[in-house]
Amino acid sequence: MNIIQSAWLFFQNQILGMRWLNQLVGRLLTALGMDITSHLGASLQFFLYDTVKIFVLLSVLIFSISYIQSFFPPERTKRILSRFHGIGANTLAALLGTVTPFCSCSSIPLFIGFTGAGLPLGVTFSFLISSPLVDLGSLILLTGTFGSKIAIAYVLVGLVLAVLGGTLIERLHLDNEVEEFIRNAGRIDLDSPALSLGDRLEYAKDQLISTVKKVAPYIFIGVTIGAFIHNFIPQSTIETLLGREKWYSVPLATLTGIPMYADIFGTIPVAESLFAKGAGLGTILSFMMSVTALSLPSMIMLRKAVKPKLLTAFFIIVTVGIMLIGFLFNSFAFLF
Amino acid sequence: MNIKVIGEGCDRCDTLFDNTIEAVAQLGLDAEIEKVTSLIEIVKLGVMTAPSLMVDGKLIVSGQVASVDKIIKLLKKIK
Repeated sequence: MNIIQSAWLFFQNQILGMRWLNQLVGRLLTALGMDITSHLGASLQFFLYDTVKIFVLLSVLIFSISYIQSFFPPERTKRILSRFHGIGANTLAALLGTVTPFCSCSSIPLFIGFTGAGLPLGVTFSFLISSPLVDLGSLILLTGTFGSKIAIAYVLVGLVLAVLGGTLIERLHLDNEVEEFIRNAGRIDLDSPALSLGDRLEYAKDQLISTVKKVAPYIFIGVTIGAFIHNFIPQSTIETLLGREKWYSVPLATLTGIPMYADIFGTIPVAESLFAKGAGLGTILSFMMSVTALSLPSMIMLRKAVKPKLLTAFFIIVTVGIMLIGFLFNSFAFLF
Repeated sequence: MNIKVIGEGCDRCDTLFDNTIEAVAQLGLDAEIEKVTSLIEIVKLGVMTAPSLMVDGKLIVSGQVASVDKIIKLLKKIK
């Protein structure tokens, strides 16, 4: 048992978390004459370590996940989903949302396709909530940063939020709040192109290059903010604003996150350093979820497909859900 | 032959469009190449990922920028 545990810890800390890289960067900076205990030196170390770590993990992850994704083109996902009903369909939609593209900008055309194809609104929304919020990549990156318990908890509550949020939207009977052109589109079943192994690898490479290009600026911004918080903001300030005993920390983190637009990879370094400085676990989970699931650009895109009433319902349900998750985790933080 | 390059105004869609024109030119095909960018039209076609390539109503590239060589290979298969 002990062997398994230490093997897992080694995997978590050294392979996924790349702690060795942090030490290497530290030694390198010291050799160059930097004092890594100073604010500036420590910030630089955090910046270099986190940037390299995220880019390496990101590249490996996107490549392997895109390969899996190539088996689930949206046309196929749509056909799979239309065979299920009720909460089973919502759950499946949330799960399929984890193996589909990375940011909300690409999930909205999918949403339109699903709704146009006559899938129940609730099922489509389960997919829409889960897709940017939870993916296999975030599970692995979170494991390297926060440990497996927190990572699994994040993924589970994210999926629960997607299933419940979608079910609730279904119950509201807002089907006529979808724009007419989508409802009238009719049902078209297209066959996805048949892919060989080579085609799939090529697809994965194409996804890797375009995703890295797209998310690189968010990662640099995220890591810069993270490095700044890590070394220049006093612990007491973070504890007062975002500590877990502070009830207002969760709404504050959620509302701050909404207008921000980044993907999970850019958000993790910020969350990481806030957590290290004493922010509540629930608070940072709320922050990560609201940055990734709700954003101005995705709302604007979604508005093309749904009318204001449904958009508002979606927004409120997800916001409230994220806050509940935050409160829950802050209350039960002692379990982690 | 009717070829549709489908996608709502992204860089990758433009690249796929250029590659398609190049591929058709190299093959010397008599094809009509259309760029479909309106969300409404895309939904009507039943396509859900951009960029995609449709030849005579059949999806041959889905959610990917195919290279010129790749498109040539795919078009040859159809002919």
